[in-house]
Amino acid sequence: MSENRGRGSGGNSGSAPYDFGGAWQPSEIELARRVARKKRNQKNALIAALSSALVLGTLIVVIVTSPGWVTLRNTFFKWAYGVEVLPKILLGFATNATLTVIAGTSVALIGLLVALIRTSRTPALTPFRFLATIYVDVFRGVPLLLVILLVGFGIPALQIKGLTNSVLILGTLAVIITYSAYVAEVIRSGILTVHPSQRAAARSLGLSHSQTLRYVVLPQAFKRVTPPLLNDLVALVKDTGLISILGVTDAVRAAQIQTSKSFNYTPYVMAALIFLAVTIPLTRATDRMLRKSLERQNAQGQA
Amino acid sequence: MSAPVLRIEKLRKSFGAEIVLEDITFTVPEHTATVFIGASGSGKSTLLRCINLLEQIDDGVIKLDGQDISAADVNPDEVRKKLGMVFQSFNLFPHMTVLENIILAPTKVQGVSQDEAVDQAFKLLERFGLRDKADQYPDRLSGGQQQRVAIIRSLARSPRLLLLDEITSALDPVLVNEVLSTVRELKSEGMTMVLATHEMGFAKQVANEVCYLHQGRILEWGAPEEILEAPKRAETREFIKRVHDAGRL
Ligand SMILES: Nc1ncnc2c1ncn2[C@@H]1O[C@H](COP(=O)(O)OP(=O)(O)O)[C@@H](O)[C@H]1O
Ligand SMILES: [Mg+2]
Repeated sequence: MSENRGRGSGGNSGSAPYDFGGAWQPSEIELARRVARKKRNQKNALIAALSSALVLGTLIVVIVTSPGWVTLRNTFFKWAYGVEVLPKILLGFATNATLTVIAGTSVALIGLLVALIRTSRTPALTPFRFLATIYVDVFRGVPLLLVILLVGFGIPALQIKGLTNSVLILGTLAVIITYSAYVAEVIRSGILTVHPSQRAAARSLGLSHSQTLRYVVLPQAFKRVTPPLLNDLVALVKDTGLISILGVTDAVRAAQIQTSKSFNYTPYVMAALIFLAVTIPLTRATDRMLRKSLERQNAQGQA
Repeated sequence: MSAPVLRIEKLRKSFGAEIVLEDITFTVPEHTATVFIGASGSGKSTLLRCINLLEQIDDGVIKLDGQDISAADVNPDEVRKKLGMVFQSFNLFPHMTVLENIILAPTKVQGVSQDEAVDQAFKLLERFGLRDKADQYPDRLSGGQQQRVAIIRSLARSPRLLLLDEITSALDPVLVNEVLSTVRELKSEGMTMVLATHEMGFAKQVANEVCYLHQGRILEWGAPEEILEAPKRAETREFIKRVHDAGRL
């Protein structure tokens, strides 16, 4: 067996390149190739820059010289006014941010629980499995806005003692109920895509059912569902704006209040920009993660 | 002679209407290797999975060290602690490094301390020439290396019996040998095992007994030379000829 040591057959660790003894110098052909490659890259960069300048320049000229431009700018992009109302909208956005954190955490936990129940095969859990299926089907199929209205206005109408009437709490609850259904499905699909042979391997090593889940199935499932879950997080950030319909003073509501005073729509644009400042980096991060996990999968396919 | 490590009597297994194994009876004494050969679909994997209690049998008895492990009140997790299984497709855990793969069962199932498990894992890796791969993820290893890690992973729990299911079938021919020599070494150290394989030359080297499985029944069994070189049944001859023609004898 020892003759195998260090022979390292096949796809090796990406360590230092082989040292052939002498110092390697690129050949004439390689040097010429590098010069040609550099020239081509410079040419491509120039073409990209010129075409961008042309297209964007034309777009700007067309917009700015169009007859409605001044009205448009004064209605939506009055920056001085925008800066003036920014603190109020930011204060509103603090509500959205808090809500995202609280709802996001609860959704992760409830979603995981529902996914585990739905994928379990324990006989004792049969009724819960049934209920979980109904729950997911219902709340994935109803518009979030409707759930918010039903919970936010419906529950106080019941006038049950001891139950909160806070629209903030009820609105958050509605968001949690709906998003947990989405997230449960995402996690469940992740669990189902872990190949049965992985379970068999774990069980044959003597791991119990719950150990198999904890150490083998869930880590792999989570890796796979991280990109779609981040997508849901982006959607959650945006959808926290929906509870403004209940009168909660979030970023959207704050902007609405300002707009109704001034009949100028710049506050809405400011609110949009604040949302974008959070969602665009998140979207980019999701993209990057998805690309990485695809690369990893492809690498595995070739192994 | 001590009690056999494994004794199977009149085992039967079906999937729905399809009878996959029938009237399977054999004994595996300590320090011996029993090799199952047979066409694809003849039931080799199912048999190994039954021994590991990954499948529920329809009838018959499976005894491990004299204990009836097919009894209804047996805890499969307890039985599996004494068994090692290696699969055709390696089945390493892709999200864990080689080292983590190996110490998972010792630390989580057998309650060995982390340090002790790591120590033992390094000893095994060293012995099989994979020490420098300890911190790699499985997808960075060649198929042969992955399969050897899978073998080490099942050895780390010091099993009574090793079940090897066509462990070289998914490998390039050039990688087959490093895996087979690992198994030969285990055999020479006295490991008791049950194997399914298509490698006839290898079967001849390690087997104490060869069983030819045909449509779920053990059609012929005996010493490797008998079964592989002078089979009595026409079906066995036919099968061995086919494997031979495929260039694997
Ligand atoms: N989980 C299963 N459900 C239904 N049929 C199965 C299952 N596993 C194996 N079989 C069937 O059992 C037979 C034997 O399969 P297997 O044990 O994998 O054979 P081998 O390993 O010798 O190729 C095949 O006909 C196969 O289709
Ligand atoms: Mg098989």
